[in-house]
Amino acid sequence: MAGVFERVKKIIVDQLGVEEDEVTLEASFIDDLGADSLDIVELIMAFEEEFELEIPDEDAEKIRTVGDAVNYIQDRI
Amino acid sequence: MSGRIEGIEILGTGYYVPEKILTNKELESRLDTTDEWIVTRTGIRERRIASQDETTLSMAYHAAEKAMQSAKIKPGEIGLIIVATATPDMIFPATAAQLQEKIGAINAGAFDLSIGCTGFIYALVTGALYTKVLYPQKVLVVGAEKLSAIVDWQDRSTAVLFGDGAGAVILGVNPQKAGILAFELGADGSGADLLKLPAGGSKLPASIETVEKRLHFIKMNGSEVFKFAVKKIEESVNGLLKKANLQPDDIDLYLFHQANRRIIVNSLERLSLGIEKTFINIELYGNTSAASIPIALAEAIHAGKLKKGDKLLLNGFGAGLAWGGLIMEY
Repeated sequence: MAGVFERVKKIIVDQLGVEEDEVTLEASFIDDLGADSLDIVELIMAFEEEFELEIPDEDAEKIRTVGDAVNYIQDRI
Repeated sequence: MSGRIEGIEILGTGYYVPEKILTNKELESRLDTTDEWIVTRTGIRERRIASQDETTLSMAYHAAEKAMQSAKIKPGEIGLIIVATATPDMIFPATAAQLQEKIGAINAGAFDLSIGCTGFIYALVTGALYTKVLYPQKVLVVGAEKLSAIVDWQDRSTAVLFGDGAGAVILGVNPQKAGILAFELGADGSGADLLKLPAGGSKLPASIETVEKRLHFIKMNGSEVFKFAVKKIEESVNGLLKKANLQPDDIDLYLFHQANRRIIVNSLERLSLGIEKTFINIELYGNTSAASIPIALAEAIHAGKLKKGDKLLLNGFGAGLAWGGLIMEY
């Protein structure tokens, strides 16, 4: 559990330049972490590379919070 | 496909952009958007928009005239004209044929080449191959677009991206030059729906319905195209370097299709290259599709970013989906 969250958190901190303690499971990428639509595309790409999976566009649209990303990835690795 | 083409040279370059500037501020009054939104997502601050009288042909003409002056050649020395465009004046006749008459290239064959934003790379490789067999004649390669004619000015996700303009190069033989050290041209039609102009071709000819459904305008899935571009640039650049047996630092200038500043910045990061290794002018012109690389090339030379003997890497990507790149000695 912690493994995926920690790896996801590191990517988010690197990509969005936010503080680690801001990256909670409840945090929304857009509303809480200040991401824009292209930041999300870049994050999805980074998740795909880190976890070696393909996240299609229709799935990516449903990933709104850090928790959504962690759950999605955990279900598929 | 890939290969190399030795002993050819870019003899001259030129470009033309319309006088009318459309700023992000002006777009704010037409669309639900802001200057800040556009700049942070695309890097674009303004774009040029052709007047009613200006067409892809007229812009191609001005760019071609400048390229001929820069190469110090006369129109009669040109053996072939290739115009890369997604926005020809008409579906037929070819814009290149009309350009032949307009510049007075009485000895030239002419054709258009259509593969979207990658058009100029495909045209440059094609032109370089013809250059080898046409000697002493020269080849004129143009990228020209009037994208404002096919932009949906009600769609804020695409209207802010595109602009008009033209760029041209003259190619000739020079046995002293390394020429094109490596090129790669690729396509993947499975992504055809991601970026397209749905109607106006033979599949969906113009009708009241196509007009009402706004199908004569550019449709793009921005996030999928962004992902494709970033992945493909990294793969293509690394492939070209390997084929040419060069290290990333051996290239003096990397010039990318100017579609989105963030595509370029993200790609540079993936390739571990500094921003000083490239030339970006998207803030002034937006995405001019097949015209973006020759315009940037002409400006980079003018700005002293590229000198004779330097190694140049060009890379384009876009509708098709298609991509292409080359490494050459300037």
